[in-house]
Amino acid sequence: MSPIRLAVNGRSYTLDIDPQTSLLTTLREHLDLTGSKYGCGEGQCGACTVLIDGKAQRSCITRVGAVAQKQITTIEGLAKAEQLHPVQQAFLDAGALQCGYCTSGMIMSAVALLQRNPSPTSNDIVNFMDGNICRCGTYPRIVSAIQRAGKQMSGPAAKGATR
Amino acid sequence: MSGTNVILNPQAAIEPERYELSAPPPYHFDFDRREFFKFLGAGLVVISALKPAAIAQESGRSGRRKGESLPREIDAWLHIADTGKVTVFTGKVEVGQNIRTSLTQAVAEELRVSMDRIDLVMGDTQLVPYDMGTFGSRTTPTMNLQLRRVAAAARDTMISLAAKQWQIDSQKLIAEDGKVKDPKGNRSVEYAALTKGQQLTETLPAEDPLIPAAQWTVAGQSANKVGGRGFVTGAHRYPSDQKLPDMLHGKIVRPSAFGATLASLDTKAAEQMGVTVVHDGDFVGVAAPTSDLASTAAASIKAEWKTEPQPSNRELFEYLKKNPAEGKDLTGDGDRFDTGNIDAAMAAADHKLQATYTVAYIAHTPLEPRAALAKWEGDHLTVWTGTQRPFGVRGQLAEAFRIPEENVRVLMPDTGSAYGGKHTGETAIEAARLARAAKRPVKVVWTREEEFTWAYFRPAGVMEASAAVNKDGVITGWEFHNYNSGSAGIRTFYNIPNQRIVFYATKMPLRQGSYRALAATANHFARESHMDELAHAVKIDPLEFRLKNLKEQRLRAVFEAAAKQFGWGKSKTAGQGFGMGGGYEKLGYIATFAEVNVDRKSGEVKVVRVVSAFDCGAVVNPDGLRDQIEGSNVQGLGGALFEAIEFENGKILNGRMSQYRVPRFSDVPVLETVLIDRKEVASVGAGECPMVGLAPAIGNAIFDACGVRLRSLPMVPDGLKLS
Repeated sequence: MSPIRLAVNGRSYTLDIDPQTSLLTTLREHLDLTGSKYGCGEGQCGACTVLIDGKAQRSCITRVGAVAQKQITTIEGLAKAEQLHPVQQAFLDAGALQCGYCTSGMIMSAVALLQRNPSPTSNDIVNFMDGNICRCGTYPRIVSAIQRAGKQMSGPAAKGATR
Repeated sequence: MSGTNVILNPQAAIEPERYELSAPPPYHFDFDRREFFKFLGAGLVVISALKPAAIAQESGRSGRRKGESLPREIDAWLHIADTGKVTVFTGKVEVGQNIRTSLTQAVAEELRVSMDRIDLVMGDTQLVPYDMGTFGSRTTPTMNLQLRRVAAAARDTMISLAAKQWQIDSQKLIAEDGKVKDPKGNRSVEYAALTKGQQLTETLPAEDPLIPAAQWTVAGQSANKVGGRGFVTGAHRYPSDQKLPDMLHGKIVRPSAFGATLASLDTKAAEQMGVTVVHDGDFVGVAAPTSDLASTAAASIKAEWKTEPQPSNRELFEYLKKNPAEGKDLTGDGDRFDTGNIDAAMAAADHKLQATYTVAYIAHTPLEPRAALAKWEGDHLTVWTGTQRPFGVRGQLAEAFRIPEENVRVLMPDTGSAYGGKHTGETAIEAARLARAAKRPVKVVWTREEEFTWAYFRPAGVMEASAAVNKDGVITGWEFHNYNSGSAGIRTFYNIPNQRIVFYATKMPLRQGSYRALAATANHFARESHMDELAHAVKIDPLEFRLKNLKEQRLRAVFEAAAKQFGWGKSKTAGQGFGMGGGYEKLGYIATFAEVNVDRKSGEVKVVRVVSAFDCGAVVNPDGLRDQIEGSNVQGLGGALFEAIEFENGKILNGRMSQYRVPRFSDVPVLETVLIDRKEVASVGAGECPMVGLAPAIGNAIFDACGVRLRSLPMVPDGLKLS
């Protein structure tokens, strides 16, 4: 089997790995990027969500061989040095996490949503995020964090600080 | 790559050996203060000791520690380094309830330092004092108070040190922002300077004056999650993210059904893959350099299991009523409460009403499944795992491997939730067993299917309620029987002169254990639904009916506050329904009002709005408290509406996230919370109580909307069947 080239968070990696391996396992075990979480292994809970060419995808049901040519962004790639991404900051400010295990996936999904729709209504958020589970039940706070981040990202003050 | 390592020992080392249990307790807390400072560096150490009366309740080890060398029970300690850094040691653990934050607030308040200078070491059995576990909403009423007392004593020591240095009466000094200040003399000194080069130990005075809640400045305010940045950047390492050099990944070969025993085993194919294979009694597992290889190797193992026929969820409630626990009969010899003369009250009543309520088995479904990383050094074992009982798991490991507890260290990284579901150490034992064979560290992370199957469940149960009520709405008799679900919250808080309340232990068709709010959810569902039925029977407004039979002022207050916020008594449209439920649990008072919408055509039930009024004494962190109440309501929706474990012959039939529905964004109603902040009353926990009013509030609202009375949780797993 030939090595697989992966582009993750702006870095490229060459891995000797079975292309059938899930992207989640690859990230966690082979690249030590453990911010993406295992929750169900069948794309039902969203804890493993990453961006693939800007789209939110479930890495647990994505085979690494299928994403070799694509740009992958994980939670670890979101902040710029010390500067948190506005969605990360909004989650902190809104207190939108209890145990935090769903948070990586929630934030990645939210980033994808806000790229498509910078000022989503509550309904837009609920519809887009319904595949992400939070067992602690912080959903209302996550909705408000996403709206807060959206305002910040599209507001005049945000230009330059965001991506 | 490790070599093949097959152990064929039918007498599993996994099996506990009973006499180990009665051996003298191997704990010893070394209180040689030089040891303390060797580890912590110079500074001040303050040790907190529980009063004897509190020991049995909190530590659960009363009478088990004869010959204990320590004069008093230690439950927390605090260190102020000569850098000014404060480290607090507690056996409590963080599973998302954000006690790391609220406990830090409590210490910051009393010690008068900013929160960012305080570090909490939690749940590391080598470093923290013994603790029975983090459950039962005990952290806030006990540990919060203990840490405040420790911090207050440390603050007073700082003031004394400064007073001595300045030769001044300590009464004239104040502590503020990590300094002792002399307001009149216009001088101040940092704690760091006071502890420089010192090795001071203080044992907590019996009663140290605490800052009254009305004067709190840090506690009582909302605070962001401590360490929050690590969670939003993915940097925090949960138990399943732990890693060591040379680590292998473990995979267990699971029996085909509960209680199955191994009949035959063929591990040849796995052995040829160059992985470590362990067969020890009924334990079969592998360890491999990657989790994929471990899974492939485990799947290649051919195991035949001998199984026994077992009950299914279809006959569950009948089964519970007919099968008392081993050594018990159905007279309820376990847990019962009688007052007055219930039989006479029933005979004399204007109205009598009897109904049976049930609750299904449900799964905690913590988003992080069980995980453990184990490492051996000689006969010393270190395990990182997500558990609410690090010391309990330490005991289980010591027992399983027949080593003294002092050879075992359990560390509990802040974990991806538990909800009462992570009290046990099975994953830790599995990882340790594989690591011992592989002679390398091994991590085991359960799959979602394993978590659904091999963890334990919230008990199912049957509740039979009968009541006698006069036509003026006064309840004269209350009879309540609970089969299996448990006795938490079983007693009625309504003022009823004649009562008979009985809990029956039954055989358990599934492995069952703790769950957020435990049986209080089932008992409140039955009781508060029955109250609603009674109110309708005598044609009295359900709120008025409750208040008529209720003297407890704090409970009345939450019902009244929630009713006001909800707008109880307002008119409704077609399909709309309003209901309430409430009670007293884990020292807190809750009333929950729900608005539902029932679509008569499709049978869809939508919970539209939930108003909770909650009283847990003085509020430590208002935002954190609201968060716990909202979370309780969201999580409670699942058990109320659609969660149920299906099983047959020792197998779980719906053990996947795609088959077991938990609440999602689209299920969440508008949530409103009224906090009753009683500054004069000690703070109690909030992780459980707020959940108990929800299911009956929804059930009563559904009845109000369409006249259908639902007496089983979950109420509408497949929507409502009308007509």
